[in-house]
Amino acid sequence: MANMNPNKVPMPEQAPNVRNKNFDEVTLGYTPEMAIEEAQRCLNCKHKPCISGCPVQVKIPEFIALVAEGKFLEAAAKIKETSALPAVCGRVCPQETQCEQKCVRGIKGEAVAIGRLERFVADYARAHGEEKASKPAPNGHKCAIIGAGPAGLTCAGDLARMGYQVTVFEALHIAGGVLMYGIPEFRLPKEIVQKEIDTLKDLGVEFVLNFVVGRSETIDELFEDGYEAIFVGSGAGLPTFMGVPGENANGVYSANEYLTRINLMKAYQNDAETPIFHARKIAVVGGGNVAMDAARCAKRMGADDVYIVYRRSENELPARLEEIHHAKEEGVVFKFLTAPLEVLVDENYNVTGLKCQQMELGEPDESGRRRPVPVEGSEFTLDLDCVIAAIGTTPNPLIRHTTPGLDTNRKGCIIADDEHGITSKEGVFAGGDAVTGAATVILAMGAGKRAAAAMDEYIKSKQ
Amino acid sequence: MYQILKKQTLNANTKLMVIDAPHVARKAEPGQFIILRVSEDGERIPLTIAEYNRETGAVTIIFQEVGATTIALGALNEGDCLHDFVGPLGKASELEGLKKVAVVGGGLGCAIAYPQAKKLHEMGCEVDLIAGFRNKDIIILEDEMRAASTNLYIVTDDGSNGRKALVTEVLKELIDAGNQYDAVIAIGPMIMMKFVAETTRPYGIKTIVSMNTIMVDGTGMCGCCRLTVGGETKFACVDGPDFDGHLVDFDSAMRRSAMYKAQEKQAVERREAHCNLFKMEVK
Repeated sequence: MANMNPNKVPMPEQAPNVRNKNFDEVTLGYTPEMAIEEAQRCLNCKHKPCISGCPVQVKIPEFIALVAEGKFLEAAAKIKETSALPAVCGRVCPQETQCEQKCVRGIKGEAVAIGRLERFVADYARAHGEEKASKPAPNGHKCAIIGAGPAGLTCAGDLARMGYQVTVFEALHIAGGVLMYGIPEFRLPKEIVQKEIDTLKDLGVEFVLNFVVGRSETIDELFEDGYEAIFVGSGAGLPTFMGVPGENANGVYSANEYLTRINLMKAYQNDAETPIFHARKIAVVGGGNVAMDAARCAKRMGADDVYIVYRRSENELPARLEEIHHAKEEGVVFKFLTAPLEVLVDENYNVTGLKCQQMELGEPDESGRRRPVPVEGSEFTLDLDCVIAAIGTTPNPLIRHTTPGLDTNRKGCIIADDEHGITSKEGVFAGGDAVTGAATVILAMGAGKRAAAAMDEYIKSKQ
Repeated sequence: MYQILKKQTLNANTKLMVIDAPHVARKAEPGQFIILRVSEDGERIPLTIAEYNRETGAVTIIFQEVGATTIALGALNEGDCLHDFVGPLGKASELEGLKKVAVVGGGLGCAIAYPQAKKLHEMGCEVDLIAGFRNKDIIILEDEMRAASTNLYIVTDDGSNGRKALVTEVLKELIDAGNQYDAVIAIGPMIMMKFVAETTRPYGIKTIVSMNTIMVDGTGMCGCCRLTVGGETKFACVDGPDFDGHLVDFDSAMRRSAMYKAQEKQAVERREAHCNLFKMEVK
């Protein structure tokens, strides 16, 4: 008989007023007992609706059944059949709009905590001598992956398991992409990401760091080097700014820069060589996960007042529910229905404030969300010394500028079919944010996975 | 790893290093830059490529020891390795079709102006190279610059080497003397580039400047290097580093460059304290 408790087993976490002063992981994970108790809430539905909500089709009811029996290592192996990065996904997937949204238990009460269970299983396996991946027999074919982020890592892992010789080219000095430079330590410990990358190395994947495809070599030259198929997962790195006066002032960051300085360059550590501006009063403009990450980092960097400035209402916030909840608990103040008008500066061009305007929701726009419209005469000023723009990113232009025959749309996104990642250029596949524009880790992983299958098919078809 | 093949002291605090980096050497062009890290957990800093050799895979950088990272870099020796060295980054300078050019270098900027002058000279372009330094003690690359130019004009702020003048004065005289330049290429401190651009503006001579902004990733990801060019926001790392000097908003670029001044000073002090301790231990 299933555990019919309508609520998820709560996950232990650091107290808000403790954690907003450190960079250690916020949530502490289930104990084996908690995991078994939660796993027993799964009804093991015949039609498995949860799987249809997962971009990489993790065999959810099967792994949860194994957890309920206490067979944690077997459960981990079950997830790994379809997902390359379970410890990451369990932490950063928006489960509430994917697997858990489809969970039958969610109709009356809370869905089964699939994400928490996935994380538990992955962490347990890592801590309890999970078998090291062994290098499969080589099939004699070479593939190249551009970008070592979630899409590229997933694609690389799947191809390596099929026996391909895989080389991943990464522009930065470490692999991991947004998992390393963007998502903060307190939400996704870098040690976990590194472990996943090490697993790929065990599978025989080669990583070439400090290599900027488009500059160090072009895609056409990679083909000349003998790579038969190439996957482009170069992400959407180019930040968008607000387009308001004063946004180039000292103290205005893109969220990418702020997070890169903190996460990748470790500016949160006292002896770090990379400088960061230690602001007292910060506004983060935007309402997505990146905005929440920046705001929560700012709090941890010692800011007294941290605001989220978002032009729509709370209902439209695109961030994961858990991130919003955690940000509020940690003392981040939300200014909803607020749009930035101008960054105010002093005579030295340092930020002194943000002039804002109150908005109200009007008719729905093309995204189906109600369009925010300005309220006349509602301008007000927030006193600040730092503003962070977290309003989105667009694909990096390097590849599109240096790859003839690779079609992109007017937003600069590579045009690739969703099912296989096939682009306009023969042998070139693409997926993740480089194709969709800024989206989630798991969607990028799904695209990497489908592209790996298509690349395999493409190479086989040429023989 | 990226080994230091050669190290040379050019003046009291300016050093030249030749680095083994075949991936960079193979594609490098004048105007492009690299990003390096001296050690794990080190800062990423951009440096312009001063010279490259496609056959040997060697890349030359020239740097002034002004911050914690450049001081750490200068402390390394031949045979040591850099932790990271990535490039070539940025767009190459567009030099095609130029017949007569004035290249203006200021201080360390001469190290960056030199490869452009050399390439132009090799292309058969007539090159007037104007190099300005604070005093004669810090003059670098004099022989190299002479070999890469049709006429070389070296001036100093204090007159300790030949003529006491600003580079802009020499440039104006050359223009007024009837030299018809297709372009003026100015590389040096932002304030110098600003005044070169102001000098050429009334004459309508195309003026190209190389914007050495603060960077983190250098690949178009962080937006730290952004500047205003012709009223639009541009990224020096992917849209530049070369820009039309008549369109660049130098004043805001200079203010952004000073953003971390206080912290940079602290980092140098921290490093010095650390180094002394280190010296005591090895004694």
